[in-house]
Amino acid sequence: MSTEAASHSARLHAPATSGPVIHPRWVRITHWINALAMFVMIGSGWQIYDASPLFDFLNFPPALALGGWLAGALLWHFAAMWLLVINGVVYVTLGFATGRFRRKLLPIWPRAVLSDFFAALRGRLSHDDLTVYNSVQRLLYAGVLMAGVVIVLSGLSIWKPVQFKYLTVLFGGYDIARYVHFFAMTAIVAFLTIHVVLALLVPKSLRAIILGR
Amino acid sequence: MPQKRKAPPGVDAKLLIKDAAKLLPQPSRRLFLRGAFSLGSLAMLTGCDIIDGPTAENALRVVSRFNDWVQALLFSATTLAPEFPESAITRPFPFNAYYSLDEAPDIDGDNYRLEIGGLVDNKKPWTLAELNGLTQVSQITRLVCVEGWSAIGSWQGVRLSDFLKLIGADLSAKYVWFQCAEGYSNTIDMPTALHPQTQLALKFDHQTLPTAYGFPIKIRIPTKLGFKNPKYVTALWVQNNDAGGYWENQGYNWFSGL
Repeated sequence: MSTEAASHSARLHAPATSGPVIHPRWVRITHWINALAMFVMIGSGWQIYDASPLFDFLNFPPALALGGWLAGALLWHFAAMWLLVINGVVYVTLGFATGRFRRKLLPIWPRAVLSDFFAALRGRLSHDDLTVYNSVQRLLYAGVLMAGVVIVLSGLSIWKPVQFKYLTVLFGGYDIARYVHFFAMTAIVAFLTIHVVLALLVPKSLRAIILGR
Repeated sequence: MPQKRKAPPGVDAKLLIKDAAKLLPQPSRRLFLRGAFSLGSLAMLTGCDIIDGPTAENALRVVSRFNDWVQALLFSATTLAPEFPESAITRPFPFNAYYSLDEAPDIDGDNYRLEIGGLVDNKKPWTLAELNGLTQVSQITRLVCVEGWSAIGSWQGVRLSDFLKLIGADLSAKYVWFQCAEGYSNTIDMPTALHPQTQLALKFDHQTLPTAYGFPIKIRIPTKLGFKNPKYVTALWVQNNDAGGYWENQGYNWFSGL
């Protein structure tokens, strides 16, 4: 992977106006709004978690948490949720309407995922054409979209266990919905870790999500 | 730390202290913004030129008021909180306050009077015997704390909407305000006050409310977070101005509906 990155860095300075558009403007805008919303939601979520931890062994250090104390974190969380959900609805609607999801994320064959995964481990996965996602990317991007749906719905079921009580039942009740919300966060943070590390290893992908090419 | 005395039956003394300590307001925690982590995101989220704590707090409070409005819209007068069987009751049911149980108000039930005020026809104070003589209702519902944990309890008492009608309260008023013996207070919206499960609770699990759970009166509202369920209630006012509340005034969301 790192040798790939080195060979690509030479091309970083190619004019940004040439080559195919990898990410249209709406993808780039919603991506960065989402990044901000996630940053606030996760940081404040960790502070809220600390008020009543689900696991004895896990507390988030105050330095990583947002909001200062429970009331502050809740204010951040319930403000950023609007940004996250409105932006998310725009992104998903456009993703389906423009055919981008179908084009970029399908098909996902288990065999192809496995072979691409092992190729990635050996550093032999090509990133020459950023317009085409390999099978591991497709699986991860589709997976994090699912985690996004689960975290929003489980969050709603914790926020409104009376008004949306049937949604809460769907998650196995209020107490279990808290665990679902937590594990969806864990999945998203795991994705983000891989996502950010790989973006830094393949810098032209970072350029593409900022400049489009 | 105050000395532990006898806890009421069914109450875990260790849990009491643990729960009481968690919600303690510390002046050092009052500012919501700490360090560069929060400042970076602030500029973009609020669009404010001046990036300082008070500005961000004000912006967040504006959103919180908007969320009050959204929650009032989501609130349904007919949607009931789920009820549970006896076997689901959490035992021991936790005590939770910003003080330890030792510091909880010790009220003399014989001399107790519930004061009535505001937009009400009959402001005669009520004794506990009189309140116990009214039609009683019962519920086994989940109390959800703003901290995240929840517990299922069993409450018996007078349906608040029945009581408000009985005293000739102006039901078109906007708020009901509760004053508590220890200085705590709460304001709730009239639609919630009139919800069929909102209860002027006199008993927990068919026994007179122990001190831990708010003797002599707790306002049980299963459609709101725990801190909107005041204990040790001494006065009830019907009014059109929002008198706020202990935690709401410190930044917790006002409506806090479930």
